[in-house]
Amino acid sequence: MTLDTLTLTAERANELLRTKEVSSAELYAAYLEAIAERDPELHAYLYVCDDPGGDGIPLAVKDVIGTKGIPTTAGSKILESYVPVYDATVIVKAKQRGLKVLGKTNTDEFAMGSSTENSAFGPSRNPWDPTRVPGGSGGGSAAAVSGGLAPWALGSDTGGSIKQPAALCGHVGLRPTYGTVSRYGVVAFASSLDQVGPVAKTVRDCAWLYSVISGRDENDSTTVDVPEVELPTADELKGVRVGVPKEMNEVEGIEPGVAAAVREAIALAESLGAHVDECSLPLSVDYGLACYYLVAPAEASSNLARYDGVRYGLRSDGADFRQMVMNTRHDGLGDEPKRRIMVGTYALSSGYYDAYYGTAQKGRTLIAREHAAAFERFDVLVSPTSPTVAFELGARVANPVAMYLSDLLTIPSCMAGLPGLNVPCGLSDGLPVGLQLIGPQFSENTLFRVGHALEQALAFDGVPARYRDDG
Amino acid sequence: MAGISKDEVLHVARLARLELTDDEVATFQEQLSAILDAVSKVAELDLADVAPTAHPLAISNTWAEDEPHECLTLDAAFANAPERDGDYFRVPPA
Repeated sequence: MTLDTLTLTAERANELLRTKEVSSAELYAAYLEAIAERDPELHAYLYVCDDPGGDGIPLAVKDVIGTKGIPTTAGSKILESYVPVYDATVIVKAKQRGLKVLGKTNTDEFAMGSSTENSAFGPSRNPWDPTRVPGGSGGGSAAAVSGGLAPWALGSDTGGSIKQPAALCGHVGLRPTYGTVSRYGVVAFASSLDQVGPVAKTVRDCAWLYSVISGRDENDSTTVDVPEVELPTADELKGVRVGVPKEMNEVEGIEPGVAAAVREAIALAESLGAHVDECSLPLSVDYGLACYYLVAPAEASSNLARYDGVRYGLRSDGADFRQMVMNTRHDGLGDEPKRRIMVGTYALSSGYYDAYYGTAQKGRTLIAREHAAAFERFDVLVSPTSPTVAFELGARVANPVAMYLSDLLTIPSCMAGLPGLNVPCGLSDGLPVGLQLIGPQFSENTLFRVGHALEQALAFDGVPARYRDDG
Repeated sequence: MAGISKDEVLHVARLARLELTDDEVATFQEQLSAILDAVSKVAELDLADVAPTAHPLAISNTWAEDEPHECLTLDAAFANAPERDGDYFRVPPA
C-alpha cells in the first residue's frame, strides 16, 4: 500500500503494523523515501540511519540525545566525530518498545538557539515556507515531523526548544514536568532546566510517546515516579478551568494574527464547556527572560567546561595543555555557545555572583510562586507559544537579544519546572500559530485532555499547504 | 548600565579557557554588553526574604543501592579519545 507520511500518525502506523497491512521495513522505507525527496531542501536530519530491523515504528531523535554507534554531534563541530558508546535512557526505553531510530535531527549548537541557525552544520528550513526558520533549538525534529520525514520525534527543551518549533511548524510538542524524563546520556546544556520530550502530529501520539520515555531512572537522580499516562479521549472540556494570563496574551511583540488565532481557540475552549477567566503573571513576563538568560548561561558555562580536547571530541594543537584547551574550544565551539559561556562565567565570577546569578535564582522563586498562585484558581493557563509566526532565515542572527525574545512566552513555565504543551491552533499569513497550554507540575494528563479536545474541535490541517497543493 | 570592557571580555574568556581573536573580542564586547544590559533588569526585583531556587522540584538526597554493576570497558571509554596512551589519555605537557 502507498503510505502518505505527511498525514500518517504513529497511532495509525501502529494499527497498520498490527493488522499486517504494512511491514515495519516498508514503513521505515517510506520515511527514507520521503527523506530522500524532501530533506535536501529541509535539512531536518544530520544523520539518517539504515533500517536496524525489528517490527516497530520509526522515531527521529534530536542530535543532543546519545545513540550508541550513531554519531551524536549536538550540532557542534566540537562533537563532529563523536560516536556514543552507550544509549541515553530514553533511547533504551524507546528500543524496549520496538521503536527504531530513523536518524538524528538538526539542532542549534548545544540546543542554544531559537531557529537552528546556530547549528554548525547549517540551518533547517520550515516545511511551510523554506525561506523561514523552523524554530529552535529542535527545528530538525519539528521540520521532520511536519514535513512527513518522521511519524514522531524526541526533542529536548531548556527554555522552549520543543514548544516553539512545534508552534512554528504546526504540530504538537510537550515539554514535560522537570524530573519526569531521564536526561542520562543527553548532552547537557542547563541542568536545572533541561528536559527531554515528545514531538508528534497529534496529542494522542504525544501522550503515547511520553508514556514510553517517562519515569524514574536511577541514572538520573533528578527523576521521579510519574502518574500513569492516560491517552485522551474526551471531546469536551466540561469543568476545566482555563486561565488567560493577561500579560502573556497582550505583551508587546505578539503579532495580531497570532493573538487572533489564540483568542479564537480560547473561545472554542469555552464553547466546549471550559470556564475561562483572566489572570495575571506580571513578573513572569517582565523578568522571566532576564532570569533565564542568567541561570541558563551560568549552568551552560559549567556543563560545557567538559569540552577540553582530552577525553572525546575535537582536539586542536597547542604548545602546552592550557593552550591546547583554549585552541580546541576556540576552534570547536560556535559563537552562541561562546557568548553563553562568557555570560555565564561573568555571572558566576567573583564580585558579580550575588548581583547576577544569585538574584536570578531568587527571581526564579517569584516566577514559581506566581504560577502556583494562578493554579489555585485554574487547571491550565493558555497563551500563544511564540509571539510571532516563523521568521525569515537571517532575520535575528546578528542580534542575540532579538533572538532571545523568541522564547519570551515559553521561558517562564520552564523556570518553574512546569509542563507545557503546544497545540497548533490556526494560520496567520499562511503560517502556523501555536497555542501554549501550561499546567501545574505532573499535570500532563490534564494538558493531554485539554489539548486533545481542542485539537478535535480545531481540526487544524498539519500538512504544509505547499505539499498539499503539489499533491 | 552593564557595559563590559575589552579587558573584562579577555578576563572572562581566560577563565572559560576560550582563545579569542581580536575581531572576536570586539564583536563579543558589543554583544555581551547588550546581553548584560538586558539581563541586568533582574536588579529591579524586590527580593527581600526571597529564597533562591536552584532546582524546580522539592526533592533531596536521592540514593542508589551501592552495588557493583557492569560499566564501560576501557576500550569503550577510550573509543572517542583524541590520543590514547595505554590506559591513559595523552595530553600536551602542562
